[in-house]
Amino acid sequence: MSTDVKTIPQAEHVAPDGIKLPVYMDNHATTPMDPRVLEEMLPYFMEKFGNAASRNHSFGWAAEEGVETGRERIAKLVGATTKEIIFTSGATESDNLAIKGVAEMYKEKGNHIITAVTEHKAVLDTCKRLEKYGYRVTYLPVQKDGLIDLDELKRAMDNKTILVTIMAANNEIGVLQSVAEIGKLCHERGIIFHTDATQAVGKIPVDVNKQNIDVMSISAHKMYGPKGVGALYVRRKNPRVQISAIIDGGGHERGMRSGTLNVPGIVGLGKACAIASEEMAKEACHLAGLRNRLRDKIMSGLDEVYINGSMEHRLPGNLNISFAYVEGESLLMGINDIAVSSGSACTSATLEPSYVLKALGTGDDLAHSSIRFGIGRFNTEAEVDYVADRVVETVTRLRELSPLYEMAKEGVDLKSVKWAAE
Amino acid sequence: MAYSDKVLDHYSNPRNVGSLDKNSPQVGTGLVGAPECGDVMKLQIKVNPQTNVIEDAKFKTFGCGSAIASSSLATEWVKGKTVDEALQIKNTEIVKELSLPPVKIHCSVLAEDAIRAAIHDWKKKQDVANPTAVAAQ
Repeated sequence: MSTDVKTIPQAEHVAPDGIKLPVYMDNHATTPMDPRVLEEMLPYFMEKFGNAASRNHSFGWAAEEGVETGRERIAKLVGATTKEIIFTSGATESDNLAIKGVAEMYKEKGNHIITAVTEHKAVLDTCKRLEKYGYRVTYLPVQKDGLIDLDELKRAMDNKTILVTIMAANNEIGVLQSVAEIGKLCHERGIIFHTDATQAVGKIPVDVNKQNIDVMSISAHKMYGPKGVGALYVRRKNPRVQISAIIDGGGHERGMRSGTLNVPGIVGLGKACAIASEEMAKEACHLAGLRNRLRDKIMSGLDEVYINGSMEHRLPGNLNISFAYVEGESLLMGINDIAVSSGSACTSATLEPSYVLKALGTGDDLAHSSIRFGIGRFNTEAEVDYVADRVVETVTRLRELSPLYEMAKEGVDLKSVKWAAE
Repeated sequence: MAYSDKVLDHYSNPRNVGSLDKNSPQVGTGLVGAPECGDVMKLQIKVNPQTNVIEDAKFKTFGCGSAIASSSLATEWVKGKTVDEALQIKNTEIVKELSLPPVKIHCSVLAEDAIRAAIHDWKKKQDVANPTAVAAQ
């Protein structure tokens, strides 16, 4: 038996001038670090290595200064004050701290939490755990465009509701929820509103006051910062929100999150926020232009492609498309010089296609056929053109191989076929 | 996901892609799997009425790379075999040949099912048809 297994080698396609293969277009998974961020971080590994909690010598002061600059920059980007920013290890921890922390702190007041079915697993699985501890969780469905229905949210709220947690931008389909309206509904009823803004902060304008946000999760590595660092915004006024810690220890971050601060990471997160404050508006226009170019090129080259989720309420760099009659993983194999993701079950450990696409009412067949493109700061127009050409070429080839495409072209209604499923 | 060289080879250069005339009495068609499961294989065989040898085989597959490779390999293996010999092909042999990881074993099962379904379809036609008429074609 041959055990000679290896990852897919680079395809033999010759890249046009100026394109380095493989092309990275999976910026919702993570982003490359901006060189300006790295530069800002470097002194904090060796020269300024101190513990930010060391109050009695210059090493500690230098580290603390880096941390506080970072805090100011994050606060500025989202319209918060510095005392409202708590550092964490990333958005998963921030989501856990927000939801578990609010649930614990307000358990005398109520035990009901509202979320949506398209949330990230860091939110959904946290809510599921709380259900085991006696909390009641409502999982709101979404409409075909990926947005929750605000009337449905209102109806779900009752006098035991302590927390609503709805993400700002979805990680698969890039759909933007109506955060400001959701926050308003919560405030009218004295309910705390948490939003997982991992994909939104640094990409689109986020303002905790204008958008009525009480608690918000932030990640560095989704906005050209380092991995392993994030933040949680916790409102101090109107209303003052309190959260219980889930990590106990030295009482760092005003007791909400103990543990020695990741100083270089925080410095990097701060710099990433500073860059975003300066460049976000221009960058968003640029990304939306590239995204629309990719969409138009793909859609003019192929029939039966479907965009998943609202185009109107969407992150500028996101495109999520289903290519009917072609399975996602085989498509990824064909475009192996391009780094993207698929909602196909074959690409996940669970053998279930994307729960987010299923929640939109996308059939399992189309969910299996989906590709998520995440365009980021360092993608170029030439890369977009290359990706579009390769996708069109590969989908065309795989459709020639697809019995479903053949049947559809013969006029067979695939929904009426009695499939001999396993 | 890591793929063996053989899977990559079948994916990049699939053997025997295409369709045979499904209405021909010599042709058996197997269509297995379901779109919502992410795999559909169509495997067709053309059988010599005198010798029962599979003279030609074609496939089309909607599925991951391992599903495409499993069905491509299946068409290679059934060609030149008698119908009875082809029925002896086991999914485990496909797993071995393509070095499929455990999560892809269902692809080989589907390929075995496709062979059986194609042969079953062909046999049904033989039962119905007048054997001499079939031979005369």
